[in-house]
Amino acid sequence: MLAYANPTRFLRLARTLTPWTLGAGILLSLVGLYLALFFAPPDYQQGEAMRIIYVHVPAAWMALFVYVCMAVSSAVAFIWKHPLADIAAKASAPIGLVFTALALITGMLWGQPMWGAWWVWDARLTSVLILFFLYLGYIVLWGAIDEPTRAARAARILALVGVVNVPIIHFSVEWWSTLHQGATVFRADGPSMTTPMLIPLLVMAVAYNILYVAFLLIRMRMEVSERRLRTLRLGLEGASS
Amino acid sequence: MRTFAALFWRDLVLNIRSSGGAALSAAFFALIVVLAPLGLGPNAATLKALGPGLFWIAALLATLLGLERMVQQDVEDGTLDLFRLSPLPMELIIVAKILAHWLTSGLIITLLAPLLAPLLSLSFDAVPTLTLSLLLGTPGLSSIGAAAAALGTSVQRGGMVLAILVLPLNVPFLIFGASAVAAAQSGNDPSQALIFLAAASLIAMVVGPLAAAAALRLNED
Repeated sequence: MLAYANPTRFLRLARTLTPWTLGAGILLSLVGLYLALFFAPPDYQQGEAMRIIYVHVPAAWMALFVYVCMAVSSAVAFIWKHPLADIAAKASAPIGLVFTALALITGMLWGQPMWGAWWVWDARLTSVLILFFLYLGYIVLWGAIDEPTRAARAARILALVGVVNVPIIHFSVEWWSTLHQGATVFRADGPSMTTPMLIPLLVMAVAYNILYVAFLLIRMRMEVSERRLRTLRLGLEGASS
Repeated sequence: MRTFAALFWRDLVLNIRSSGGAALSAAFFALIVVLAPLGLGPNAATLKALGPGLFWIAALLATLLGLERMVQQDVEDGTLDLFRLSPLPMELIIVAKILAHWLTSGLIITLLAPLLAPLLSLSFDAVPTLTLSLLLGTPGLSSIGAAAAALGTSVQRGGMVLAILVLPLNVPFLIFGASAVAAAQSGNDPSQALIFLAAASLIAMVVGPLAAAAALRLNED
């Protein structure tokens, strides 16, 4: 792992891994979607409309998972001052934002036929919406500071303060109100879901994870190139003046 | 301790005497409370139902004022470099600043709120809870704000950025604060919400200074 902290080695590895992860992610999503649409049985209560959860639930998991990854990279950057960790955190944020938006939008599409309303102020919806704004604030902070090293330092702290706050916010919102159905998959007595429904869900979750890695690698390579360009440009300006 | 007192006093005087000072937060808070009925209509029942939330939203927004001033000037005019040389750890310097900010925003709001309660038809029984909830919650708001203010020192004209960073983090205060007041108003026991509010505030008072000090230290190049 530490060997790949070297940006050149990382870039070489990332270049090889990008097409494979991207291909595997897309392929697995297609398999997952096929299973979700044709293999999984319709729900006896919710009918065909419940199939949207195969897109929705993994997206909601990823929304949280990517935030945790962002915070872990920030902590690594904070402790070891490693630039690649900052880049990983920065590159994760927009991906997490998209997963969060996907979870919100599919949730609304599901809520309309099920609850009869596009939006309900229930605990989990509200937490995810606030998570969306936390991502947004993080991205805005990166954009608001011109110099990348300064922006990285500020963003690290914001991500860490955010991750301390996420459980508190979640708990407070939970306490505030709950209408949403309880957890179905992660329960002490095992998932309360039939296997034909669980398989497509897990396939989709794995697909999303691989896609996250693929997009993360692409964005990180972009960011490294951008920084190199910036250094070159600054060097040119320094030479001409 | 003498350094701490001197620094606290300096910040307090600066907060009071510079550009509107403590009156600014108070006036802003009062204005939100006064504007709400103009937008929502003067129906007493509606205002009574919305009052607890409105007071807390006003508190969240009013404590944003003055945050930008908290450390920005010290960074710009080089006072921060002197702070670094002082024997006082940066965390305690931030605590002094939070205290000065709270005295000129949170405390003023807390004292003002009971006077404004009749404007939103808040029931008389809920007024002590409103005061207590603001007293417990506003130090937490100032602490979270300090962390964001320290992060914002690298941003030019960071006012709006500051609001976007702070407001989502302040959600627990809004929820517990407004619930406590609403509970008291409907005759229920507000103590559960107040305890959680105090807990959120205490966590913020630990995390806020640590994060703010880390942010200021990272600015040294």
